[in-house]
Amino acid sequence: MSDILLSLRGLTKAYPGVVANDNVSFDIGTGEVHALLGENGAGKSTLVKMIYGLVKPDSGTMTLRGKAFTPAEPRAARADGIAMVFQHFSLFDALNVAENIALGMENPPPMRDLAARIREVSETYGLPLDPYRTVGDLSAGERQRVEIIRCLLQDPKLLIMDEPTSVLTPQEVEILFKTLRKLSEEGTAILYISHKLEEIRALCDHATVLRLGKNVGECVPSETSARDMAELMVGTALKTPTRAGRDMGDVALEIVALDAKSPSAFGTSLKSVSLSVRKGEVLGIGGVAGNGQDELLAVLSGEILTAAGSVKLHGRPIGQTGPTARRAIGLLTAPEERLGHAAAPDMSLTENAMLTGSVRENLESRGFLKWRAAQGFAEKIIEAFDVRTPGPNNAARSLSGGNLQKFVIGREVLQRPEVLVVNQPTWGVDASAAAAIRQAILDLVAKGSAVICISQDLDELMEISDRFAALNEGRLSEPRPTTGLTVEEIGLMMGGAHGMEVAHV
Amino acid sequence: MDLSQINPILLVASLMVAATPILLAAIGELVVERAGVLNLGVEGMMITGAICGFAVAVETGSPWLGFLAAAIGGAALSFLFVILTQFALANQVASGLALTLFGLGLSSLLGQSYVGIKPPPTPDLHIPLLSDIPILGPVVFSHDLILYLGIAIVAGVWALLKFTRAGLILRAVGENHDAAHALGYKVVRIRVMAILFGGACAGLGGAYISLVRVPQWTEGMTAGVGWIALALVVFASWKPWRVLLGAYLFGGITVLQLNLQAAGVAIPVEYLAMSPYVITIVVLVILSADKSRAPGSLGRIFHATS
Repeated sequence: MSDILLSLRGLTKAYPGVVANDNVSFDIGTGEVHALLGENGAGKSTLVKMIYGLVKPDSGTMTLRGKAFTPAEPRAARADGIAMVFQHFSLFDALNVAENIALGMENPPPMRDLAARIREVSETYGLPLDPYRTVGDLSAGERQRVEIIRCLLQDPKLLIMDEPTSVLTPQEVEILFKTLRKLSEEGTAILYISHKLEEIRALCDHATVLRLGKNVGECVPSETSARDMAELMVGTALKTPTRAGRDMGDVALEIVALDAKSPSAFGTSLKSVSLSVRKGEVLGIGGVAGNGQDELLAVLSGEILTAAGSVKLHGRPIGQTGPTARRAIGLLTAPEERLGHAAAPDMSLTENAMLTGSVRENLESRGFLKWRAAQGFAEKIIEAFDVRTPGPNNAARSLSGGNLQKFVIGREVLQRPEVLVVNQPTWGVDASAAAAIRQAILDLVAKGSAVICISQDLDELMEISDRFAALNEGRLSEPRPTTGLTVEEIGLMMGGAHGMEVAHV
Repeated sequence: MDLSQINPILLVASLMVAATPILLAAIGELVVERAGVLNLGVEGMMITGAICGFAVAVETGSPWLGFLAAAIGGAALSFLFVILTQFALANQVASGLALTLFGLGLSSLLGQSYVGIKPPPTPDLHIPLLSDIPILGPVVFSHDLILYLGIAIVAGVWALLKFTRAGLILRAVGENHDAAHALGYKVVRIRVMAILFGGACAGLGGAYISLVRVPQWTEGMTAGVGWIALALVVFASWKPWRVLLGAYLFGGITVLQLNLQAAGVAIPVEYLAMSPYVITIVVLVILSADKSRAPGSLGRIFHATS
């Protein structure tokens, strides 16, 4: 790792009102796995977009193998051996795997040869793929394989990976890491962007930490504790959520042998799901996305109606009760999709506060809306959850993902729920805000509410939940106490490596 | 009622002529929509092409220069749509409707001194051997060049979309413009070219009405053919050969019902007049029952944020 592949010196990029990157410098060595760490908005994406030629720096230089490197467009960057796997998959649903891969290549061979090469490369790296399947039908893990193979076929010298593990099971992560280590041994440098510190410690040789667009420090991840790295990222000492001693009360919410058909053609139906959660308890539900999480939330919120007796709140059957009536009796939910499900994107925060708060916060009387009270409620949420926005009259769409997440979770927490169901409460939220949301959930539980937390972040579930269960193809595993649970056991509960066996053709 | 008045040979021959304007406009719009742009201004571009083609053909005496002018006129009008939607990022539906209204008005203005004039005739081809085949020859192989050009464009578009890299990139841009942009494809440039192609095809289709089908100039003579073409693209599931099928079906039933009217069939004229629309839509709805769907980015405004 002595010779330097890519060297960045004083890169600066400003957008109106914000400096995304301020004088960033670091080096990436040949065959090095280099981590780029930082909170949301720290400027990681802008930095890699400059390397990939999507954004031009205002000032600063890049040097690739000793030569000045100024890619005018991604094509030029690809020609120089830079490949990128995007955070939001840049795939075309209606096209097949081979067509998607051809689109990412400069001079793709004829389709038949390309298909053969895809098979060959995918087998070599343990990422089996059928070139003729339509991408829209693939799972998240398989879609990521498409992106990775698209990069590998171009024989890259530097592979940029933007948060690649957020959609994978632990076993799939292990397979991905093996692939990455193999690539690194073959001399490919990898720039790995993530905020999952344990992964970075396991995989990366070197880490650069960005905060507010500046390079605030470098470290060797294997010799630095996750906590130190997190504090470097955030800039302040990190508060770990604390749980007060809890008294478990009676069973608050119960699901008994529930079967529910998914309303969407691509959804997963729930199959004989049973669970119960007590007052003062957090039940964590893990599993890879698309294994019935959305359906479970819909069953609890009242969007999918079921047999009356299969969902019970305080012993009372509510399976046939609609969402508003459920809210009235204290069962509140916060779905995963922020824009369009949890919040109406083009409506103001006040209007969004009104939408779910009207019943429990008395924001309407005889069909007339009390706007002043709703605005007061919205302001209370903004204040209590540190939502960064000019005011409650701003549209939900104008907030960053993390800030909107704080708003939608805060909106439910402040309505004093008896049972709160959250799906992905800290998705896309930076470390300090995530800690604040988890603390709010734990505070709620300490006051005697019951919480069901559906999440794909296992660290989060281990941190806040008392019991853990996993969804796998619409079935829920037996819940187990989180204390003493190992990662292997969790992986098995989640159903092992998804699709890995199936895809071996 | 005397059905024997209907001459099947003439019927098929006039079917192909009746279908060609719709076919040309629809195949152009298909390319535009596959690139992810919804241009509702087809009717306006057609009528503009109709008058541009008519005027130039009359002034120069050459129908071919007329068709060339029609393609240029249609493309010029669609360039207005390009400026509105691709550079000013205006709403595509509103811009398209405005384009239609503008095109209808502009064509009336341009056409004021051309009412009641006959254009120079467009010669039919005589293809050696093929045109001499009994029955089939006069029916299928003795039309003008533009009719065959329409079919050739359909075949060309099909082959382009299916077999070439350019077609793959066009589909990719229409499917997910953000991803295409991230991979470094020039979304706006590709869309501009598609829109201009669509405009030129619509212009040709319009001129085919004013120079071959009718042949004369009257205000608003496209009479909704542009809208039929738009609907045809959707019901044809954005597939070129289905557009051909739909256009010929529509053209065929239009000609047939005119013949039936002339033959005095005891069905009210209103039912006959609506039959091409109803039957075309029913057939294409049945055909489009497969899982094919609209291009993912259709009608969405692309704004490069990076």
